[in-house]
Amino acid sequence: MSELYYPDWQIRRILRDVNTVAMVGASTTWNRPSYFAMKYMQDKGYRVIPVNTRAAGETLLGEEVVASLKDITEPIDMVDIFQRSERVPPVVDEAIEVGAKIVWMQLSVRHDEAAKKAEDAGLTVIMDRCPKIEFARLSGELGWSGINTKVITSRRSRQIRP
Amino acid sequence: MSDNKNDPRPPGFETLAIHAGASPDEKTGARNVPIYQTTAYVFDDADHAASLFNLQTFGYIYSRLTNPTVSALEEKVAALEDGRGAVACASGHAAQMLAMFVLMNPGDNFVASRNLYGGSITQFTHTFKKFDWHVNFVDPADPENFRNAIDEKTKAIFLEVLANPGGIIVDLEPVAEIAKNAGIPLIVDNTMATPYLCRPFEWGADISIHSMTKFLGGHGTSMGGVVVESGHFDWAQNDKFPSMTEPDPAYHGLTFYETFGDFGFSTKAKAVALRDLGPALAPQNAFNILTGIESLPVRMDRHLQNAQAAAEFLEGHPAVAWVSYAGLKSSPYRELAKKYLPKGPGSVFTFGLKGGYEAGVRAVESVELLSHAANLGDTRSLIIHPASTTHRQLTEEQQIASGAGPDVVRVSIGLETVEDIIADLDQALSYAQQTAAE
Repeated sequence: MSELYYPDWQIRRILRDVNTVAMVGASTTWNRPSYFAMKYMQDKGYRVIPVNTRAAGETLLGEEVVASLKDITEPIDMVDIFQRSERVPPVVDEAIEVGAKIVWMQLSVRHDEAAKKAEDAGLTVIMDRCPKIEFARLSGELGWSGINTKVITSRRSRQIRP
Repeated sequence: MSDNKNDPRPPGFETLAIHAGASPDEKTGARNVPIYQTTAYVFDDADHAASLFNLQTFGYIYSRLTNPTVSALEEKVAALEDGRGAVACASGHAAQMLAMFVLMNPGDNFVASRNLYGGSITQFTHTFKKFDWHVNFVDPADPENFRNAIDEKTKAIFLEVLANPGGIIVDLEPVAEIAKNAGIPLIVDNTMATPYLCRPFEWGADISIHSMTKFLGGHGTSMGGVVVESGHFDWAQNDKFPSMTEPDPAYHGLTFYETFGDFGFSTKAKAVALRDLGPALAPQNAFNILTGIESLPVRMDRHLQNAQAAAEFLEGHPAVAWVSYAGLKSSPYRELAKKYLPKGPGSVFTFGLKGGYEAGVRAVESVELLSHAANLGDTRSLIIHPASTTHRQLTEEQQIASGAGPDVVRVSIGLETVEDIIADLDQALSYAQQTAAE
């Protein structure tokens, strides 16, 4: 498989413009990675709507969990997929159907065919990345943990969301 | 830098040495990294505090775990090694302790090259034993020796690519392959080479360790150590590393590899090993080392030039029996040096005096410009007799095996005018030879 490359400006633009994120595979268990990501993104001002068939109807971090993207009544900017790669295609189909602008697949999640389909439908696709980590990387927060952000700049770190 | 174009070309080493981890301070615009001389950091509210303690958000709690000056240094070293993340600590010895604390359980072992800094051999042999961690030393000249020493309890291979006390280079690539096949990480102590001369991850290593006290800090002012992870090791490929892949009772059931992925190891080393063992790096020392690293490339170039000249001079000196420096045509490690250290094989090396032990002792006692001191990688040229100092705790057999036999003198060639370094060596060696002959 070819190596994925997304320029910083593209990631920065997505994270700046997106407001409502549907998180498919959000877990209600506090020490799961998706719970960490949802909490962090809420702290950064995103509206995150959890999607999880098994937990539908429960409340997660102040939001009601829905069973499917189609159960969300408001416009969705981005669909963040916390599912194994083989389970991506039906989620992408729904994302196209509900009119999402971005499909974002989490770290280690990648499905080139589904991505092609989404791109052909006019969506932007990011794969094998975590929006929490990218937000932290580009805002400089990831460097607080001694992680190599690969950001080299002689300017003050810029806020991603004004 | 590549922010405005589709160009994934990474910045060069010199640029990273100056800028990585060190963008201007967000609040004040301070161009250099400030010294955050503080123990604690305020929380916005109870929920923010809880998120920090749960590692759900990024931020500072207490300087035993993280400090902004220290994390700037961590990011810089991680960038220079082309690694994913790093954890800095009080010394190189502390770095070894932190790395092993994440990897090892009581009863486990690791395989190590026998050509190591004497202090490491002692730490591994005696102090680690108190944790029921065990080490098998092997001759690194044949990479197969590493493979043959691995058993089901082996959790890592450890070596110095450019080995202390000097002149020996370990063939990294086949050892990395052996580690990979065994499903264990290869740890390289890269102190003597620095990432400017060798980047172990490019040859398949998984973790690198530095005593930053040496060339990285570079000025003999500040102690510091660091562990860097490549981010490429799959901790879940076997059940050897429960501390990475199983819920951690020391962190309310968090699974580090699953949660932090390719920076799980450094997160664990920080959040658990550094937190509970306590060898935090002082912010002032982190600042001094940050400043040192900015000039690492130009310093190393001059270290190499001076070392080559000094080694060639010594090889022709009538008092000298042999010189072990991989930059010399006489060195059996010259080919390995070209492969792994193409810019040059460092500035620390050993030589033997025809007058043996007595002459060695006299030489280190007769220098006037070189300093008789137990350190290396200083701007100042240093000289030492390992058998009576850095490698003193070893048996004579271990001393000889590790390249620190009774007749061996080690030098760390500094940045003084090279003619002055050579003149001082000349007078000290001539005097030592004369008096030994009396």
